[in-house]
Amino acid sequence: MQQLIYFFQKFKYFLFFLLLQFFAVTITFNNLNFHKSKYVNSANKITGGLYNQVSNISNYFSLKSTSEELIEENIRLINVLQQKRVTPFSSDSVLIDTVKYFQKYTFLNAKIINNNYSNAFNFLTIDKGENDGLAKEMAVVNGKGIIGITDNTSLNYTRVQSILNKNSKLNARFKNGYFGTLKWSGLDYNIVQLTDIPRQAPVKIGDTIETGGKSTIFPEGILIGTVFKIDSKNSIDKVIDVKLFNDMSNIGAVYVIKNLHKKEIKSLENPINE
Amino acid sequence: MNKTIYFGLLFVFLVVIQVFVLNNVLFLGYVNPYLYIIFVFIYPLQKGRFPLLFLSFILGLSIDLFSDSGGIHAFSTLSIAYFRLFFVKVFFRKFENDYPFFKLSLEPFGKKFNYVVTLTVIHHFILFSFANFSFQNISHVLANTLYSSLFTLILYFLGIYIFSKKQ
Repeated sequence: MQQLIYFFQKFKYFLFFLLLQFFAVTITFNNLNFHKSKYVNSANKITGGLYNQVSNISNYFSLKSTSEELIEENIRLINVLQQKRVTPFSSDSVLIDTVKYFQKYTFLNAKIINNNYSNAFNFLTIDKGENDGLAKEMAVVNGKGIIGITDNTSLNYTRVQSILNKNSKLNARFKNGYFGTLKWSGLDYNIVQLTDIPRQAPVKIGDTIETGGKSTIFPEGILIGTVFKIDSKNSIDKVIDVKLFNDMSNIGAVYVIKNLHKKEIKSLENPINE
Repeated sequence: MNKTIYFGLLFVFLVVIQVFVLNNVLFLGYVNPYLYIIFVFIYPLQKGRFPLLFLSFILGLSIDLFSDSGGIHAFSTLSIAYFRLFFVKVFFRKFENDYPFFKLSLEPFGKKFNYVVTLTVIHHFILFSFANFSFQNISHVLANTLYSSLFTLILYFLGIYIFSKKQ
């Protein structure tokens, strides 16, 4: 017993140091695990509130580019609407067929109040939370393309796991239908990597990549980027560099997409919950 | 000024400056100064080491909270806080009796330079290797350590040059 107390006396600083280091390592491991990160993240009242205050001020500096982006997106959407306007209904009557309810996704606007893109595991913070109906595993996009997946929610803020995170893996495809997995190598924030592409898929530089719709998170057909560089060898571990449409260092307003069929699909895929 | 209040204010000031100003510098896309570690450099030498270890852990953790990096800042800041005493002994040849009279700003520049550079490089290397979290992109980690250390050190020495009181 005497010896034990002596031991603690002698090494108390080192033991305290080890204890705190152990905490730090545990937090780090939990943070990298999508299903466990809970306590140390920027989606809490204090950090979220502070980031919100600061971004309220700094947003004024990007008002011009934000409005230009919105106009661009509006023009694109108006053009899509014009292509569909062939139905002969007059403009004063609106067709609402309540029997056929086809809506699969709802969109919600949000603002990015904290943006990281220089680490290997990047997260964003947005200013909407559980009070606005956000939950884990929802898609976050903007007019130009994908941004990430919601990760941790508090009442008013949500942390988003960026596409620029080494843990992010999502289904992506070419316009002609061949699909693969999108990952990030952790180096350049403009370039992501597309893997698991079938060997017979014809790939050319400049081809558009979009989301594949094979998951319950992202709707299909959301833009990602264009093929930037193709691995010369045509093997099974071929990697294609994709240049993102989004400049991830400069994003502001985003949309959060909620899949209304998610519960139904999940219950089909995992019938154990019955 | 009372020492406790002074270091409390310094703590808050360093966190705010780091999170809202320096984390947004990102020179060339990734080079960032991490100036908050000067808290560890200038914290007074004491016989009991628990306050420094605990405070540096909390300091790192607050930076982590804001930058969503898990516990990597806490880990690296705590490491240099633990190894600080060893380097004080090596570079300044100070022992327990000298602790109350030790003041970093009164030490000769050469010794101070060695002390600050060593601790900064150690901190940045631990930080970036832990942030990378794999053995891929090792060159990226080394480059990041080098450039960010340079940036931090330039800021630090500029800071003490500007703010030091000339007598």
